[in-house]
Amino acid sequence: MENKLRTLKENAELEITSADSMEVLEKARVKYLGKKGELTEILRGMGSLSSEERPIIGKVANEVREAIETLLEEAKSTMKSKVLQQQLKKETIDITMPGKKEKIGKKHPLTQGLDELKNIFIGMGFKIAEGPEVETVYYNFDALNAAPNHPSRDMTDTFYINEELILRTQTSPVQVRVMEKMKPPIRIISPGRCFRNDTPDATHTPMFHQLEGLVIDKGITLGDLKGTLEVFAKTFLGSHTEVKFRPHHFPFTEPSAEVDASCFKCEGDGCNFCKGSGWIELLGCGMVHPNVLRNCGIDPEEYSGFAFGMGIDRLVMLKYGIDDIRLLFENDMRFLNQF
Amino acid sequence: MLVPVKWLKEYVDIDISTKELSDRMTMSGSNVEVVEKIGEGIEGVVVGKIEKIEPHPNADKLVIVAVNVGEKTLQIVTGATNIKEEDYVPVALEGAKLPNGLKIKKGKLRGEVSEGMLVSQDEINIPKAVIPEDMKDGIWILDKPYPLGKNILEVIELEEEVIEFELTSNRPDCLSMIGMAREVAATIGSQLKYPKVEVKGIEERSNEYAKVLIEDVEGCVRYVARVIKDVHIAPSPQWMQRRLANAGIRPINNIVDITNYVMLEYGQPLHAFDMDYVEGNTVIVKKSEEGESFKTLDGIERKLKKDTTMICDTNKALAIAGIMGGEESEVTSKTKTILLESAYFNPEKIRLTSKSLALRTEASSRFEKGMDPNVARLAADRACQLIEELAVGKVLEGAVDVYPVKKEMDKKTIRPNRINSLLGTNLTNQQMIEILNKLEIAVTVQDDLLVVEVPTYRIDLEQEVDFVEEIARIYGYDRIDATMARGNIVAGGKTNGQIIEDITKEALNAMGLNEILTYSFVSPRSIEKIKLEKNIIKKNFVKLLNPLGDETSAMRTSLIPNLLEVMARNSNRKVEEFRGFELGRIFISKGDTSEKLPQELLNLVIGMYGEEDFYTLKGVVEGLLTRLGVEDYEYEVENHHPTFHPGRCGNIVYGDHTLGTLGELHPEVMDNYGISQKCYVAELDFELLLQLIRLDNMYTPLPKYPAITRDFAVIVKENVLVKEIEKIIKNHGGSILESYKLFDVYKGNQIQEGYKSIAYALTYRHKERTLQDKEVNKVHEKILDVMKQELGATLRD
Repeated sequence: MENKLRTLKENAELEITSADSMEVLEKARVKYLGKKGELTEILRGMGSLSSEERPIIGKVANEVREAIETLLEEAKSTMKSKVLQQQLKKETIDITMPGKKEKIGKKHPLTQGLDELKNIFIGMGFKIAEGPEVETVYYNFDALNAAPNHPSRDMTDTFYINEELILRTQTSPVQVRVMEKMKPPIRIISPGRCFRNDTPDATHTPMFHQLEGLVIDKGITLGDLKGTLEVFAKTFLGSHTEVKFRPHHFPFTEPSAEVDASCFKCEGDGCNFCKGSGWIELLGCGMVHPNVLRNCGIDPEEYSGFAFGMGIDRLVMLKYGIDDIRLLFENDMRFLNQF
Repeated sequence: MLVPVKWLKEYVDIDISTKELSDRMTMSGSNVEVVEKIGEGIEGVVVGKIEKIEPHPNADKLVIVAVNVGEKTLQIVTGATNIKEEDYVPVALEGAKLPNGLKIKKGKLRGEVSEGMLVSQDEINIPKAVIPEDMKDGIWILDKPYPLGKNILEVIELEEEVIEFELTSNRPDCLSMIGMAREVAATIGSQLKYPKVEVKGIEERSNEYAKVLIEDVEGCVRYVARVIKDVHIAPSPQWMQRRLANAGIRPINNIVDITNYVMLEYGQPLHAFDMDYVEGNTVIVKKSEEGESFKTLDGIERKLKKDTTMICDTNKALAIAGIMGGEESEVTSKTKTILLESAYFNPEKIRLTSKSLALRTEASSRFEKGMDPNVARLAADRACQLIEELAVGKVLEGAVDVYPVKKEMDKKTIRPNRINSLLGTNLTNQQMIEILNKLEIAVTVQDDLLVVEVPTYRIDLEQEVDFVEEIARIYGYDRIDATMARGNIVAGGKTNGQIIEDITKEALNAMGLNEILTYSFVSPRSIEKIKLEKNIIKKNFVKLLNPLGDETSAMRTSLIPNLLEVMARNSNRKVEEFRGFELGRIFISKGDTSEKLPQELLNLVIGMYGEEDFYTLKGVVEGLLTRLGVEDYEYEVENHHPTFHPGRCGNIVYGDHTLGTLGELHPEVMDNYGISQKCYVAELDFELLLQLIRLDNMYTPLPKYPAITRDFAVIVKENVLVKEIEKIIKNHGGSILESYKLFDVYKGNQIQEGYKSIAYALTYRHKERTLQDKEVNKVHEKILDVMKQELGATLRD
């Protein structure tokens, strides 16, 4: 009987190890361990054994069962992972085939540039003020200390609606409107559309965008202007940026300055980008002229402040290497998708 | 303003390089645009004398010239026609180099040996605009004998550096060599050297020879006249020609050149009249009559506005004051006696006359910016000094100088502590006084104040703050410490409206739409292109008086036309798919009300073509409204909007308000824009939307009890709107109806003609307990029942 068991075990081992599918393994299990299986069959014959033999054979029978069970488990597990491997292999796809397109839109590059500028100034405590695109001559020129004969008032420069109304040529009138309404301290930026009577070419369009800033408080100095704009330039163009303040003239500020930043492409060595000078003209600024403060009902003896303004279109063009401003307003989808 | 550096050094000591000078001048307010080097790259060019000119045997257009270059005589073949024997000319010898890259070699021209080249001004990079008329297309003829064979660079001051300054409009006093010399002296702290002006004069006196009357006292503050006799008109000397050319002015003849030279030195425009044409030997400054006209020296008859300041004699007009002289009295080669004018004309009047005549001259552009009347006499004397020095004529003793009210120096008071508090500096009084003195501003101290005397040429210095700038720029902006603004801390940020605009753009981006930006103006004809010509509000444009063209002549009343232009452009360029939006302002005229400004209203347009249909557009609009928390809006069929397809257009309605319109573009509108593929466009009133937005979301607990879903499919007549079915579902779903979803619409073989099958999935849920089938069945059946009664719907098996 013991021999029978051993033969059974050997047969089972052979059958299990040579099995090539789950089905064959299952058949083997039924054949040897099933209710009507061979091992059960043999054990049924245990009744004819003597009481001395029974525990011995019983032990052997248990060992054989356990051995076959273990073997089966292992074989099944191996087989399962083999089957899985085969399935995964069958399911292999060409991952170099194109992805299914999900559509994603972009903000206009001018908006993106503007967002960046806004965030910098919001971080410095500025609010955003807005004003009308159709402005009065008073807000656009008179209140800003522009001489009555200033050439910028000419019809060759400014679009007129009638004698009193124009399309604003700068966003500075917003500053006047804010100063009239708000008491200092004032800290605002006013971004927006501006218009000048320029025939479109690679560097001009009759509509363009400006961002102006205004700070009014007690004790504001030219040093504060420098500090604020240096922080701005370093945040916008990178911390290596150097800033140069050159004296200039604007009717609504005194003293006035133009600000150059070291070229962010060549870091000041001179390249095509900065036309060899190492500097890029960034913005115009100055201390708000006392005449302007007075025009807005603010006492220049009590308060002082500074203002600055920059052309957004040009900055965005510099940033993205766009060589023709007209592209910004053509809105070709292939252009807009690039940003 | 072009400033030749060697010339500049006559008026001010400069011991630094031109590069350093440029940098420092830029930092004190005279921005340097470019420094040009003149006369660079000339090698082996010497003085020669033309001894003989003979025809070329083999070429009609060439001549053979024998040129004496000192040690030898060269044979040179040339095509020049402006040379004659005895002329002194620059000769490029064999091996010479010219700035244009030319290297001179010995060679043969049509069989004749040529041992060098005669040089034109053009070939040594002198700009065409400043080459004298007679040498423009020919050889440079030197003005007088020079040592033969000498290097041209040694005998003529050709090499020069010219700085181009970008000057600001408030500093007309800088438009001269002396003006710039003052700036240089103040900037680098060096000594100014004014020219020493001395006129010998002959015994005869100007005021016995000529009379001046100023009738237009408003137009002319000062008029200085000097008389020069026995004038000999000829080219001016080479040094003067070179300086004028370097400063951008073409040499003409000695008299004109001297007046230009003095204008460049002092900024004061001068004018020379041929005295023989000044009747009565009298100059009268007076206003023009109504309808008067005048022929200027460029030969053009010009109609004058009444009250134009004119220079006249006892009989006729001689010049438009400060702008241009007349043809008759112009100085010519025959002129014997000259009346030299140096005057101060009213800037505003000059500006208006120049503008109305559309005639701008070097003189008018200076007068209109504002000159210094106190320099008029000095400039006239300086010109006379040069006339004597260059032996152009005999200057009569004295001048006729009519200057009834002398302009005196202004005294102003400034507060040093105020200056420091605006600049953020701690400058001492002494530092400020030194800076002001450098600028030729005299200062006296009075208690805590500085009393300054402003030179009459500094018309820009009006109030205290102007001196703040003077002190700051000479002290150096770069020496002022950068600080952060002190004072009250204010919170930065965006307004709600600005935040909502951002969210809107981002939501539309997320749905695959690009933002576009178009001009705020349109063609007024665009309103016909979108077929809204009957819309009284939209067609009532705010129009420009001086537009660039019709295309940009009216402020937009709708964002649709520009959107369609953009869509058409993309379509024409074969861009396959378009998904774009613009959030911008429209301009609504307020008509004749007292309100001056038009209304500027934010609108939103969305446009699509490509793989899209009406429902893609509708999905985007709904996605946006969901993002913005706008609920309870409805759609209404719109079949009268002229811009849209009458069967594929709807209004979005909120209560009594129309929030917007969306639809497929009308084929005629597509035609008007030349678009061939179907376009889907939505237009939303963003101002109204702003009032409906709810972004203050509150958390609702997630459902705890299971939902029950029931589907149904009903057959209804084709013209039944889904909206009608949904209205029934909503009205009868009661509190347990959580949501409903249309999942199938079918028309075809299995359905009777004229009918459609519509399938919905309804989700029911109770918030506080598990629903019973019974309850759901009751509600569900009620819905089906009402649909049957109201819409004649039958359940589809």
